Amino acid sequence: MFVMSNSNGFMKALKCRECGHEYPLAATHVCEFDFGPLEVAYDYERIAKSLTRDVICSRPQTMWRYRELLPIAGEPTVGRQVGYTPLVRADRLAKRLGIRELWIKNDAVNYPTLSFKDRVVSVALSRSVELGFRTVACASTGNLANSVAANAAAAGLQCFVFIPHDLEQGKVLNSLIYGASVIGIRGHYDEVNRLCAEIAGKYPWAFVNVNMRPYYAEGSKSMGFEIQEQLGWRIPEHTVVCMASGSLLTKIHKSYQEFSKLGLVPETPWKIHGAQATGCNPITQAQKAGLDFFKPQRPNTIAKSLAIGTPADGFYALRVMKETGGSGDDVTDDEIREGIRLLAECEGIFAETAGGVTVGVAKKLIAAGKIPSGSSAVLCITGNGLKTLDAVVGHVGEPRDIKPSLREFEALLARENPKLVPA
Amino acid sequence: MPVTIRIPTPLRKLTQDQELVQVAPGTVGSAIAELQSRFPGIQERLVDDVGQVRRFVNVYVNEEDIRFLQNNDTPLKDGDDVSIIPAIAGG
Repeated sequence: MFVMSNSNGFMKALKCRECGHEYPLAATHVCEFDFGPLEVAYDYERIAKSLTRDVICSRPQTMWRYRELLPIAGEPTVGRQVGYTPLVRADRLAKRLGIRELWIKNDAVNYPTLSFKDRVVSVALSRSVELGFRTVACASTGNLANSVAANAAAAGLQCFVFIPHDLEQGKVLNSLIYGASVIGIRGHYDEVNRLCAEIAGKYPWAFVNVNMRPYYAEGSKSMGFEIQEQLGWRIPEHTVVCMASGSLLTKIHKSYQEFSKLGLVPETPWKIHGAQATGCNPITQAQKAGLDFFKPQRPNTIAKSLAIGTPADGFYALRVMKETGGSGDDVTDDEIREGIRLLAECEGIFAETAGGVTVGVAKKLIAAGKIPSGSSAVLCITGNGLKTLDAVVGHVGEPRDIKPSLREFEALLARENPKLVPA
Repeated sequence: MPVTIRIPTPLRKLTQDQELVQVAPGTVGSAIAELQSRFPGIQERLVDDVGQVRRFVNVYVNEEDIRFLQNNDTPLKDGDDVSIIPAIAGG
């Protein structure tokens, strides 16, 4: 029996999602009895007394304005400025995709490392500091490594990040610059992950997505909290979320559940749709086949940040899509690039490949009527295109070089846009 | 040289804190059965009622997921390494 003391903030215990067995609020992520994932259990009665719309609005515009629903005991010490990214009304893209109302939740401009991972890392490292760790680590497809490296540097923590050896150069440099130990593993992400699970069992480090995962994963809820607040305290009818492990999708769902349970938003129905790349689609393949379990895959896609062939939360993501009446689909590498361009050309937002997946799948689901044309949808954009330039090089045209000469410019204009040349 | 099994942290209470356990060659299934005979209770943690490896457990033979091999029937020969890893990690 674990005491619900104030020293644990609003957390009560870690609890197995499968069998309900409770554990102390330590750095541990797996139930000893059935290997089920441990999840943070909260004292919602106390939270309801503390967290109101007025209180939230009185706080700084960061993810920590929902502090009661995030799993740390005291005040955040790492990543206090993270979150509250723009929710953009995307009318031009809506018109192109054929839907009445469309919003982009733009974590491509999250602080400090331009992806939604800053949310989970802020929570994981703040909690790691509370638990006394001085060394932090992660298994990553790139964005997480960037965020752990940057936030660890700012907090003065020692940092090891483990990544597949063949990541985009932008993502590799974006970890090295912060002075982290960057270890490239000759293998795909699932192998990096397995190695990290073994290292975490041996070294007393805080692996944000291994032994710290129960805390870490909760940080993703803040993306959903912000969506609801920024929409004017309501739950969107449709939300499209890209899936790697599937964790973000399950936590967006949980954020809608928690806000409606606390009375912060009216409880209206919502559907959550999952997006993957066709070259790594274990979850959407199972969803389309009507299965509640997935088959592991060997990834082969330009969407490297989503290239997890053995998704940890695949089972729960499938359940969320089923329970909310959402669907799943996947898109090819060419459709991913097209999605990136659509978002850029219509809304001026340059997303990484995962964003191209989200836009591409949204387009398919709207065309198929699974997201009705008369409805309203939010697309979760999770990372920045400047980090995955490799994926679009050679696919977005080339600049035309000319001499610094007005005559050359007008000759060029006459060839390409004759209507613009003065008579 | 026998087969070496790496025991994950959540199961080490059952193996008296042994991280590495050696078993006879055979298959993944026979290795789990041998573990059970030496460390009673370990089998039910690893496999479900019908003998399949649990949803939240991944088993690797020489770093390859047994779901890409022959699941429980994956052969184990002298010198092979088996890792049992909680599936819930990463992402």
